[in-house]
Amino acid sequence: MVFVFSLFWTICFLHGEPALGKTDSVTNIFGPLSQPAQEIKETSLLVLAVCAVIFVVVGGLLLYTLVRFRHRAGDEASEPPQVYGSNQIELAWTVLPILIVLVLILVTSRTIADIQNRKPPSGSVHATVVGHQWWWEIRYPELGIVTANELHVPASTGSNRQPTFLKLQSADVAHSFWVPQLAGKTDLIPNRENTMWIEPTNPGTYLGNCAEYCGTQHARMLIRVIVQSPDEFERWVRDQQQAISITTSAAEGRRSFFANSCVNCHSIRGTSAQGKFGPDLTHLMSRETLASGVVPNTTENLRLWVRDPQKIKLGCLMPNMQMSDREVDQILAYLQTLK
Amino acid sequence: MATQEIALPKVKEPDVSIIERLHGLVMTVDHKKLGLMYIGTALIFLVVAGLMAVAIRLQLVIPTNTLLEPDVFNRFFTMHGTSMVFLVGMPIIAGFGNYLVPLMIGARDMAFPRLNAFGYWMFLFGGLLLYFSYLGAPGLAGHGSAPDVGWFAYAPLTERAFSRGHSTDYWILSLLLTSVGSTVSAINVIVTAITLRCPGMKLMRMPLLVWLMLVTNFMTVLALPALSAAQIMLLIDRYLGGHFFDTQAGGSAVIWQHFFWIFGHPEVYILMIPAFACLSEVVPVFSRKPIFGYPVMVGATAMIGLISVSVWAHHMFSVGMTSVGNTFFAISTFMVAVPTGIKIFNWLGTMYGGRIRFDLPMLFCIAFLFQFLVAGLTGVMLAVAPLNWQLTDSYFVVAHFHYTLVGGFLFGIFAGFYYWYPKAVGRMLDRRLGLWHFWLFVIGFHVTFDTMHFSGILGMPRRIFTYDAGRGWDTLNLVTTLGAFCQAVSILLLAINIVRSAGKGKLAGNDPWDAWTLEWTTSSPPPEYNFATIPVVRCRRPLWDLKHPEDPDWKYE
Amino acid sequence: MINEAYTSEAPKATEWKLPSPRKVAVVCLILTEAGLFSIFVAGYLFYIGKSLTGPTPHEVLGLPVLATIFLLSSSVTIVLAERAFNRDRVGLFKLFWFATIVLAGLFLAMTAVEWHKLIYHDGLTISTNLFGTTFYSLVGLHATHVVVGICLLSLVFVFSLLGFVNIMHRERLQMISWYWHFVDAVWVVVFAVVYVIGR
Repeated sequence: MVFVFSLFWTICFLHGEPALGKTDSVTNIFGPLSQPAQEIKETSLLVLAVCAVIFVVVGGLLLYTLVRFRHRAGDEASEPPQVYGSNQIELAWTVLPILIVLVLILVTSRTIADIQNRKPPSGSVHATVVGHQWWWEIRYPELGIVTANELHVPASTGSNRQPTFLKLQSADVAHSFWVPQLAGKTDLIPNRENTMWIEPTNPGTYLGNCAEYCGTQHARMLIRVIVQSPDEFERWVRDQQQAISITTSAAEGRRSFFANSCVNCHSIRGTSAQGKFGPDLTHLMSRETLASGVVPNTTENLRLWVRDPQKIKLGCLMPNMQMSDREVDQILAYLQTLK
Repeated sequence: MATQEIALPKVKEPDVSIIERLHGLVMTVDHKKLGLMYIGTALIFLVVAGLMAVAIRLQLVIPTNTLLEPDVFNRFFTMHGTSMVFLVGMPIIAGFGNYLVPLMIGARDMAFPRLNAFGYWMFLFGGLLLYFSYLGAPGLAGHGSAPDVGWFAYAPLTERAFSRGHSTDYWILSLLLTSVGSTVSAINVIVTAITLRCPGMKLMRMPLLVWLMLVTNFMTVLALPALSAAQIMLLIDRYLGGHFFDTQAGGSAVIWQHFFWIFGHPEVYILMIPAFACLSEVVPVFSRKPIFGYPVMVGATAMIGLISVSVWAHHMFSVGMTSVGNTFFAISTFMVAVPTGIKIFNWLGTMYGGRIRFDLPMLFCIAFLFQFLVAGLTGVMLAVAPLNWQLTDSYFVVAHFHYTLVGGFLFGIFAGFYYWYPKAVGRMLDRRLGLWHFWLFVIGFHVTFDTMHFSGILGMPRRIFTYDAGRGWDTLNLVTTLGAFCQAVSILLLAINIVRSAGKGKLAGNDPWDAWTLEWTTSSPPPEYNFATIPVVRCRRPLWDLKHPEDPDWKYE
Repeated sequence: MINEAYTSEAPKATEWKLPSPRKVAVVCLILTEAGLFSIFVAGYLFYIGKSLTGPTPHEVLGLPVLATIFLLSSSVTIVLAERAFNRDRVGLFKLFWFATIVLAGLFLAMTAVEWHKLIYHDGLTISTNLFGTTFYSLVGLHATHVVVGICLLSLVFVFSLLGFVNIMHRERLQMISWYWHFVDAVWVVVFAVVYVIGR
């Protein structure tokens, strides 16, 4: 038991060393790399310390009692003195917890107010995240960008504070946005708008999951937050803002794409494809993963996905379109022009 | 001395066929038989739902495992959670209440024996209906079978648009049935404890177990309708085209969460208080001292009951309440820690200065105390709303509530089980097998649930059927699964012990533990009428006074 | 017997008086019913003014004054019936008991008329909008309790006509009357929430 708690501490600190500047796939809440998570960690350490002290004291008392007052040979005949209670002692162990609780209440309320009542400073990035059964729609209304599953944000540096404020909505059922190293989770609930903010300082890719059970593929509704240096972020924004160039290559694929019902669910900016049910494909090839973080965005995976999404993500809402190999290849070629 | 046998003429049991025995079970209105039927049925559901947990753990033993399909997995954790709460926890407390309350207050039966039987059958058929969903819910092709919406069934995932077929209907209807059963059984226990006490047993002389049963059943009566009401609303949505939780028509998904947890949080205490009740009987007897601070224990329990109805939204810190709302629910949750702490200290005070005998019931109590302490402390951590934003819906929460419900509830119930089994069956449970059960269960429990805390801290969300390698979860999940097997083996040993000891165990006699409450004055198992003459009491420990006329309790009360 | 050993000095059993099981049970039943209603009331209050489409309560709901008078006066008649019963005036008891049933029936009839108007004239059904959903659920839940009450009352009435009801059943009648008062009290809440606050 004591062992459990010491382990607790070890893990917290071992993994607490932030892996600077590179993808840290171990998403330890005690290895925060962004403001709200950092503050939560500091509060948590205080709470952990209080709890550890309580555990040691009460656990120690228990152990002492068990050993000191164990039944010994020769005790059979007599009973111990019968004590019925003591008001003083009861009072003592009522007041003491109340005092501890008061301290915790103060700490908690301060942290809650601190995190929840933060107002966006000028220069903040604003993004809207919309949960869908089992992917994330990401919009930057001020920048005119729509993408999916990978949230790009600038790193906030000392001289140039650039937190990102998120509006959270849902298109269907309840989801929850959780990237442990950046912030606590906030739910995405239909017919409601929640907000949260992050202020990461180190470029890198941060992993997260949907944390509210949302149906069949809840487990594979992964989110990535890609933190870039302000310059890189600017470049990414410019790239995303560009309309796709209509190339002559992959013309058959293009025809095939628009002839099949792809366009009922997917949008490609600047074309007649304006479906809203599935992810926006305008800059599909700029994304690292497919199917909300399930597989890397490689040619092979993309081909597999176009042919039969159910093979990669069983139960997902994109059906197998029963296309011939040729059609798949054509559409693949077209999709690969969406850089 | 009370340990002497009652000299009832030994009547040889007439040979009865299995059919006649079954018929007897179906027709019975005896509180003892019904109590045992409740507990027996609950143990069967415990095994079924436990096997589901093992399957869940098998799926998670390695990353990207493909043993179970996503939907199968989702059904398993839904059925596991629903069964454990409604088909294991609730009937076990009903069983303990039914069996023990009349015996401990010197009554011959419950206030309403037939209502009692009705409650049991409602529970049983509700449970069977829930499991029938595996066979009988084919609805739209590919959308049938068992419920897969999680045991708290958050809207709007349960609405027609997202849950086609009938699986969610099975969840609603079966729980409505078991809720009716639980409600009538709760009313019955309350009425029995209030109106059928033997002469001299004033309220403040009732054994603590009866007090705690009274509180817990009051909470059932008040909290359960919140769930039933929400389920009726959901049914109206699903079948009459209502819009209670229909977010497309302006309905709110959050209000379902409020309604559910208005029931759901008291429910946690409804389950925990009977475990406290077992401890409050077992700890004094095996420490050879009366419970420390009886009135304070009663008061603390009532306080827990009161405060627990104002803490529900601590399950909802991440839904985006205002900072004021979050602070309020954090504070009220902290306040619950105070009476709970008082209880732990009072058990400690009972043991302090005693002569602690390490028999099996006491071993389970000791494990309970340590584990419940940790569960309480992780509960305090979760009450810190900012930390909760990180930990809620992660494996840390899974670890926390299994610490409460397995490390707390189940250990407390096992303590009671080993303590009263001799009374109910007339024979002792085998000590050696019991020790194996105890130690394997303790080890399995810690291996399984201690590790879950860390997976949660490392960002593993609950209810995921698979995960990718490389996130630091692999080893932890492997260890967790090993622990689950360890627990499964220990439950198997318990089952063997129950069956074997019933036939071959050491005869128990009336009072094997040298205990002090009324149930130990009658024979083991008690006759159908419980007491030949209705006892009269004048203190909290009538048998202590009987055994120690030189130092009786009534002089101090 | 073993019990006698400690009965000798104990208080006499005659002083020992506990509440009637039936009363405690009915109080518990009323508590749990109150819990059920309070969730529906909370739901109604929460959704006031949140409907996306019409009709709104203000457009279509009238004050059911007459129905309310019927139902509340049935609480009076049942008290009178009980009083007559306790004074062994069987004829008067039957009269007031029957009056209670009639008043309850009139209340239900008025509700039926109101619903008929809402459905066929105003086009408000349970699936029209949030107002419809919450309105029919809450008022319907209450009406269901009135129907159950009428069944209980009628049962007693039929038994009393057949001469089966006697002074032994005093407490049972009292319990029905408690339940009936509860149903009336709920109506006061429903009336306040639906027809006063919600309109």
